[in-house]
Amino acid sequence: MKVRIKYTKTGPMRFISHLDVMRYFQKALRRAEFDVRYTQGFSPHQILSFAAPMPLGLTSEGEYFDGEFNSVTTTFDMVETFNQTASPYLKITDIVILPDNAGNAMSVVTASDYIITLNEEGNRHITADKLEAGVHFLTEQQEIMVMRKTKKKEVLTDIRPMILKAEYSDNRIYLFLTAGSVNHLKPELFLEVLCENMDIPYNRWDYNIHRLETYMDDGAGNRVPLIEAGRRF
Amino acid sequence: METLALSDEILMSVEKPARYIGNEYNMVVKDPEQVEIRYAFCFPDVYEIGMSHLGMQILYDMLNQREDTYCERVYSPWPDLDRILRDKKIPLFTLETQSPVRDFDILGITIQYEMCYTNILQVLDLSQIPIFAKDRTKEHPIVIGGGPCAYNPEPIADFFDLFYIGEGEVSYPPLLELYKTYKKSSMSKQEFLLKAAEIEGIYVPSLYEVTYNADGTIETIQPKYENVPAKVKKVIVTDFNAAPYPMKPLVPMLRATQDRVVLEIMRGCIRGCRFCQAGMVYRPTRQKDCETMKKYAETMLRNTGYEDISLSSLSSSDYEYLEELIKFLIEQMEENHVNISLPSLRIDAFSLDVMRKVQDVRKVSLTFAPEAGTQRLRDVINKGLTEEMIVNGAREAFQGGWNKVKLYFMLGLPTETDEDAEGIALLSERISEEYFATVPKEERVGSVQITASAAYFVPKPFTPFQWAPMLDREAYVNRAYHVKDTFNRMLNKKRLKFTYHDQDISILEGVFARGDRKLCGVIYDAYMDGAIFDAWTEFFDMSRYERAFEKNNMDYKFYTERERSVDEILPWDHIDAGISKDFLIREWENAQKGIVSQNCRSFCQGCGAASFGGGVCFESKN
Ligand code: SF4
Repeated sequence: MKVRIKYTKTGPMRFISHLDVMRYFQKALRRAEFDVRYTQGFSPHQILSFAAPMPLGLTSEGEYFDGEFNSVTTTFDMVETFNQTASPYLKITDIVILPDNAGNAMSVVTASDYIITLNEEGNRHITADKLEAGVHFLTEQQEIMVMRKTKKKEVLTDIRPMILKAEYSDNRIYLFLTAGSVNHLKPELFLEVLCENMDIPYNRWDYNIHRLETYMDDGAGNRVPLIEAGRRF
Repeated sequence: METLALSDEILMSVEKPARYIGNEYNMVVKDPEQVEIRYAFCFPDVYEIGMSHLGMQILYDMLNQREDTYCERVYSPWPDLDRILRDKKIPLFTLETQSPVRDFDILGITIQYEMCYTNILQVLDLSQIPIFAKDRTKEHPIVIGGGPCAYNPEPIADFFDLFYIGEGEVSYPPLLELYKTYKKSSMSKQEFLLKAAEIEGIYVPSLYEVTYNADGTIETIQPKYENVPAKVKKVIVTDFNAAPYPMKPLVPMLRATQDRVVLEIMRGCIRGCRFCQAGMVYRPTRQKDCETMKKYAETMLRNTGYEDISLSSLSSSDYEYLEELIKFLIEQMEENHVNISLPSLRIDAFSLDVMRKVQDVRKVSLTFAPEAGTQRLRDVINKGLTEEMIVNGAREAFQGGWNKVKLYFMLGLPTETDEDAEGIALLSERISEEYFATVPKEERVGSVQITASAAYFVPKPFTPFQWAPMLDREAYVNRAYHVKDTFNRMLNKKRLKFTYHDQDISILEGVFARGDRKLCGVIYDAYMDGAIFDAWTEFFDMSRYERAFEKNNMDYKFYTERERSVDEILPWDHIDAGISKDFLIREWENAQKGIVSQNCRSFCQGCGAASFGGGVCFESKN
């Protein structure tokens, strides 16, 4: 059966590459003694597929991968069991059974939301007022034209429609941005544009960026968390 | 540890930040405030190499079993981070608590190969600890060296407070107890060192005086004080089966060089190849029983989640319970999807059968280590592998579907002639002929590929070749060319490939391996000139050493190209590896006459290792 697993990547693990995260889960699933399906032949491997790689330095509580299992117990039990032999910074928080026709975790993503805060370094030379003003300024724009690098060329794009929501409150920026294979807007680019408009020198490492959730389309035009494609058990 | 020593900006500016953040699965977490001894354990090379080292995993676990000690790890920062730490004056830190190494009680450095010597200086320097032991006080960590290079620690003697000779499982308890007394009392560092020198296996270089003859050879090596032993004998575990072993080894997040469960089935080797230092200094051979190995395999696989397991020993084919253990592992493999890798197996019907079961024969190559090209020279080095054995093994392998063969050789062995060198090409050719004779045309998938590679022979202390000269640089390169030319004359040359190692790194390895204390200055100067990661061809620069030798008025050829007489006092003569000089001399003479010596199981050569009271010397024998 196909399952979808939601996990967190926090703390020091923000520096672990996507490939190493996958290798981590392969071992962690074995430690938890989950009944994962394997491929046939010499050096069999687990059948897992991960959603888009997350850039280094980002933390998240809304990451996903899909797998094929031979059997399961209950959502509650499996989450508990897994986390007993997991790193505190790479834990699973949910697991659901997917319907057979569900698209894989990689292909269904349409949006992500984030919380951005100034870190110690950032607080030294950026004021909260300026950030707040920057967010307001950008949300008031009808269009925001930016040069974006694609694989081969640079194109002038309007990123305004990709910003679904941008708010400032309690010293943090909340961002809801389109994501996935088309119209992927990185929170870093939002910050860069903000800084440019507010005359703040941009340095990615003045900020902590934390992803809250990854979304897909529910077929009725709503953006819902990826976990909602399946059912708990 | 949630907070890291380095800022996000620094971590994101270096290659593989995961090297510096710790928090691997099974990492030991303790409160440093609650322990009496903070021990920083260093492997002076990059993280992926250091994390692959079994000995470090064993000692990490053993030291952390003690409630009074917290052992943390530190590796050499890669040159990109090295530069940043220097520029920003950030002290080198441990992975566990991300705290400065200089605040620790002890810095233990495992020294596995000579070419890491400048990395030792790098670690001390970046830790902001004085490089020379004489400049360190009670305020600084005690710096301990161990591992195979500690059998001749003289070229790095000035940088260490003490060396640990032998296996860490034995003398750490008394040493740590002594350290606690030292720390709590008004005992001076000198008093501590004098007391430490009384512990078995502990060598304190500053307590010995070395004098030299006019020609640069050693006149005497003597203890300066009464209770300091004239010879320091290595310590080893005799009840090997009961020796501590980590059931919860660290599981790196980054892919390490050796990234799997490792079962140490045997320590030492019964074979007695005359060039092999490990085969001499780890005597006597000791093995673990099969039930213990099965239990360890199950527990460690469960505790790590690894899908791969490997056996560790110098010669796995000599492990007495090999068949039973492999049978068990293959069953595990089928049930639990575990991959097995079996290095250091002799190629024969049994091993081929096993390998066919555990790997895809079309993808992997078969490895032989004839080490020398002719039977005459193989007798000289006591490598009990005949041409017939190699050719038969290859034939069986070809029948079994393999078509890639790797052959390992050495060049510059004692008594080697051009004919021996040519033998490397001839043997490779003969194996390729065997392929065409064995495998009918219609069954050939892809085509046979024989890769021969040659390393420059480096004489090591405590081997029968410790007196042998090395070839000079030109002669070595010429001999390698000669082999290459011979390969080019072979009929099947398209199926054969020959590669050989860089000569300069090997020459320097030869200098350090048999060097004396006068080299401390050279190593220091080369380091100050920018030498680090010398084991890595992309960073190694011989000119730094040429300048350093010149500055110290020394000629490296004194260490490499000179044949030593057996009467010469060698720089490591005050270290006792448990094998007698008489035995080594006898073997050196046998080598020159081409006389083969039997292995420990068929006929004891009386090497002296029986004095440890265990291992193969006491197993039933004829
Ligand atoms: S004493 Fe004999 S059996 Fe023991 S290690 Fe030496 S040669 Fe081998």
